[in-house]
Amino acid sequence: MSFYGLVDGSEKSLITFLDQLSGVDQVGAEARAAMLATRSIKTSSKKWAIETAISMVDLTTLEGADTPGKVRALCSKAVRPDPTDPTVPSVGAVCVYNDMVKIARTHLDSIGGEHVPVAAVSTAFPSGRASMEVKIQDTQDAINAGAAEIDMVIDRGAFLAGKYGVVFDEIVKIREVCGDKAHLKVIFETGELVTYDNVRKASYLAMLAGADFIKTSTGKVAPAATPPVVLVMLEAVRDFYGMTQRRIGVKPAGGIRTTKDAIKQLVLVNETAGPEWLTPELFRIGASALLNDLLMQRMKMSDGYYASPNYVTID
Amino acid sequence: MTFEYAPAPESKAIVSIKPKYGHFINGSFVAGKKHFPTINPATEEILSHISLGGASDVDKAVMAAQKAYTKTWSKLSGKERGKYLYRIARILQERAREFAVLETLDNGKPIRETRDIDIPLVAAHFFYHAGWADKLDYAGLGHSPKAYGVAGQIIPWNFPLLMLAWKVAPALATGNTVVLKPAETTSLTALLFAEVCQQAELPDGVVNIVTGDGSTGAAIVNHPGIHKIAFTGSTDVGKKIARAIASTEKKATLELGGKGANIVFDDAPIDETVEGIVNGIFFNQGHVCCAGSRLIVQESVAEEVIEKLKVRMAKIRVGDPLDKNTDLGAINSKEQLVKIKELSAIGDAEGAERWSPQCNLSSKGFWFAPTIFTGVTQANRIAQEEIFGPVLSVLTFRTPQEAIDKANNTPFGLSAGIWSEKGSRIFWASQHLKAGVIWANTFNKFDPASPFGGYKESGWGREGGKHGLAAYLKTGKETGAK
Repeated sequence: MSFYGLVDGSEKSLITFLDQLSGVDQVGAEARAAMLATRSIKTSSKKWAIETAISMVDLTTLEGADTPGKVRALCSKAVRPDPTDPTVPSVGAVCVYNDMVKIARTHLDSIGGEHVPVAAVSTAFPSGRASMEVKIQDTQDAINAGAAEIDMVIDRGAFLAGKYGVVFDEIVKIREVCGDKAHLKVIFETGELVTYDNVRKASYLAMLAGADFIKTSTGKVAPAATPPVVLVMLEAVRDFYGMTQRRIGVKPAGGIRTTKDAIKQLVLVNETAGPEWLTPELFRIGASALLNDLLMQRMKMSDGYYASPNYVTID
Repeated sequence: MTFEYAPAPESKAIVSIKPKYGHFINGSFVAGKKHFPTINPATEEILSHISLGGASDVDKAVMAAQKAYTKTWSKLSGKERGKYLYRIARILQERAREFAVLETLDNGKPIRETRDIDIPLVAAHFFYHAGWADKLDYAGLGHSPKAYGVAGQIIPWNFPLLMLAWKVAPALATGNTVVLKPAETTSLTALLFAEVCQQAELPDGVVNIVTGDGSTGAAIVNHPGIHKIAFTGSTDVGKKIARAIASTEKKATLELGGKGANIVFDDAPIDETVEGIVNGIFFNQGHVCCAGSRLIVQESVAEEVIEKLKVRMAKIRVGDPLDKNTDLGAINSKEQLVKIKELSAIGDAEGAERWSPQCNLSSKGFWFAPTIFTGVTQANRIAQEEIFGPVLSVLTFRTPQEAIDKANNTPFGLSAGIWSEKGSRIFWASQHLKAGVIWANTFNKFDPASPFGGYKESGWGREGGKHGLAAYLKTGKETGAK
């Protein structure tokens, strides 16, 4: 077996590959992210950034209390984020638990949202603590129900124990289940991996194993998508493209709640991976509350004043 | 899809520049006789006219400083002096935006740097030294160290207000009074600082500012009423000062040129190293005496580092210094631009390979694209001489000892950087580098608590920290104590 001609899939080849990656200096990475956060995005560029960010939102509900009614409401919002303004783009995807996929897909199709994919969290999300059989079945179920995107979690316990082969094999197996039916996003839970060196290693493990996207977090653990974590992941996809000519997407999720946060993320993309990544095919933002802030800022830009929050729908 | 950043200029409305300035002597502004224009180097627009100080202006300023020293300043307790310094620091913070905009207009450096680096560091220097004013007995300099009297201070154009702070804050904290001359092309923030002294009700004559050119500086150096010289600038002028004060009792600290080595080992964290290289040489348009102007990179990673450096350099935003998104501003003067161009042409002629990203440089003002020369050897002039611009010379090495030998093979010895993830290697290298400031896995970081200064032809003495205080104080037998 060969993965991009870079590793043969054995743990030994993975360790050899990961060991030759350069380390990440924590202070330097954080300083770079902080500097990029000072970029001042105004007027026409802000308008463009808000529109683009809306189209990149993976509108998410991942609660034990999710009901069919809640999921249908989320789908309606996803297709037409601002019902009074048809020029607002639909979001990137709707992201739900496995058992809500069919409800979401059916409802999206019935309201003219065929173009909005459903993403399902998978592999015993959010902990990833289940047998491989269960993880495969979890993923297969979601695909059967109409999920076009699978957001799997890695086994952080195996990763932190240095069992890179276990992590890699799981991703490869889930990739096989996805086949050509679903895009695969691999969630690291960076708040549990803790160091930037680990984030870089996990990024390469996932990309080598066939991920289409690498994703920071489940949204259940803090810190999540901090700018330096996203910076390190963007450097990884940039350099992986240099090695393989394949562009892998990045999805920060968790903690991005305001337009300002979202624009900072787009600046990171623009100045790290490059403008080629500024498309929903290669960059998504996992969020729920963010969408309304983007809509309010969009209204403010066109009207010149902040409207009451009641001018945007709560779901 | 493209993400173009719309112009985001900082407003100029916060500053009011007078058409003409005099000198600041004995607490008030006095008219000068001759004037010369000061321009915005980004547009060549004339901002104001600055007085050319002559020997008589310097004399008046020194007299005022002497009188202030004898009558008021030397009689105040350290605690009282400290209060003035704290007050100045707070006013500087309150007026930070005004100072940042004015510095950017007069110097050409980006507002991001004046706002986030220069002005905050200026305030930090005053706060830091304010704290020392009443604790000099406990600075480890012996019992009751004493001020020299009048300090003559001559500062450069690259960090106009910051260099003023480096000079004025320790001088006042230690009980000296000051005659300061800002650089010819960048006097405006020093003159605004004079207003801050008035606002802080600093006693008259404690700080005197005489503007002018090299002849004004020479008049300060040669004035018999000056007890101590503090100079930051070129090695050539530094040598002239050293000659001028030889066989006098004047003390001096000289902070001169450099050709800093930024050494990259093969185990360096490459992405952050690239950031550090950029920060080392393109910060402040490379107008930095401690710039990392020589990149000395291990041959086994040289290709990767240079490739990544080029990708990163293409992201550097060159343009309007007042735009909040600008990374690289204008070259400070036409004269400096000519020097940079000349030395770069020598680099070409010597066979080094020049590379710059595509930049749209304005036809008005003074601009130079970020530039690297690869294939440089020790025998090249661009590896030896200070360019003082956004130009990096790249050399390679095979073994750690070779890196140290190359780094030290220069008449200068101001700064160096080490990039490695191996702690033991960092300690080993820093012990063998002959440089006054060594950064590990970072570059161009400044802190008032950290002494700064050079080896060899990079200077005499230290500024900042406890060592910097010592440069303004008589200690031991010098104080007259038995």
